[in-house]
Amino acid sequence: MLTKRIIPCLDVKNGRTVKGINFKGLRDAGDPVMLAKKYAEDGADELVFLDISATEERRKTLIEMVLKVAEEINIPFTVGGGISSVEDVDMLLQNGADKISMNSSIIKNPTLIDKVSNKYGNQCVVAAIDAKQINKKWQVFSSGGNIPTELNLFDWAQEAEQRGAGEILFTSMDHDGTKNGYANEALSELNDLLTIPVIASGGAGNIQHFSDAFKIGNADAALAASIFHFGEIEIQTLKKELQLQQIPIRYENKL
Amino acid sequence: MKVVIIDYGAGNIKSIQFAFNRLGIEVTLSNDREDISSADRVIFPGVGEASSAMKMLKNSQLDSLIPTLKQPVFGICLGMQLMCQYTEEGKTNGLNIFETNVKRFSNNLKVPHMGWNTIRNLKSDLFETVQTNEYQYFVHSFYAELSSETIAITDYDISYSAALKKDNFYGVQFHPEKSGAAGEQILKNFIEIKS
Repeated sequence: MLTKRIIPCLDVKNGRTVKGINFKGLRDAGDPVMLAKKYAEDGADELVFLDISATEERRKTLIEMVLKVAEEINIPFTVGGGISSVEDVDMLLQNGADKISMNSSIIKNPTLIDKVSNKYGNQCVVAAIDAKQINKKWQVFSSGGNIPTELNLFDWAQEAEQRGAGEILFTSMDHDGTKNGYANEALSELNDLLTIPVIASGGAGNIQHFSDAFKIGNADAALAASIFHFGEIEIQTLKKELQLQQIPIRYENKL
Repeated sequence: MKVVIIDYGAGNIKSIQFAFNRLGIEVTLSNDREDISSADRVIFPGVGEASSAMKMLKNSQLDSLIPTLKQPVFGICLGMQLMCQYTEEGKTNGLNIFETNVKRFSNNLKVPHMGWNTIRNLKSDLFETVQTNEYQYFVHSFYAELSSETIAITDYDISYSAALKKDNFYGVQFHPEKSGAAGEQILKNFIEIKS
């Protein structure tokens, strides 16, 4: 049976992970490759790297990192952050990224989805959408959640699918950072509407929140950052518990 | 041992190369007919769309070469699908190595079939020490039907061929290069297969 995926997300800046990562036994907590390796060994199903650097050297350091990750990691990984052209995508895929996540660039230029998907197939195109509920409507924001757009979450997600996105990564800005759980109602609506997989993002604080995202939100995958980085939830423990709750999950008891 | 990955321009083949390197196996990338013919093991990858991948194969005249190879050949994902008779993707004839057809998943399902799923009914040396219901990573919208050449089955609404074998030709639908330790075991088994 196809299993639900657990996806740690790593923010990287100038080739180093940020957001304060706190792990025992990691010599260099800022090295994305070492962190990625640990997650892969712990049973993460995929990884997402989000590049938030703004320097001119950005592209070079990101590509170097992607190459290192591809050399060392034996599970799939997605790269996102500031990817705005087919050439950007070429470089990242050629250096070993499995999927590309795009957000603001496809709001500005939706045909970028068509172009990348036609060239490489929809399996490598992740449309990332940040949205917030305003007057009961889910409004899409661009530029890291800073700029409101005219787009509605559900319409935009459907358009992205039609243009050739292979997955939707939906982050609820209302839930992100709260640790109060994912936006399960919106997730469930997205899942009814779309025929491509949906990744839940924003709000994970405990194991039950993952369970709810899968059972109530019908999400195909759940992404989280800080709770993994700070060791608040161990991936092994999370997956074991989800399996006990009858959620299809890839869990191998390593003890 | 000389291991060659056929490089005909279809998608990301770096990850396959890296996966072999992690196992301590050196591989080279090539689209040269002689280079490929003289290899001990040939890897036939593929990511993207079937009809454009077939065009690329034809452009480099590899479509006529691959079916004549005598050493173990390993198709991965689209590579396996292109080794079949016919695929609904782009309504394309394949290399006609496997007598199997490739169809699109039903519209009632989430497509691509994306993520970790189990393989069962394992029937070849390719799966030596791999346990039934082991997880592998899949990403695909089209599937090879079950046939007498099926050597592994996966279920996604229907049951289909997760792997095929005919003579010296092997193919897997999943991505062993992205499937953790279990995937690495399959890559290793392919290299060690008796030819």
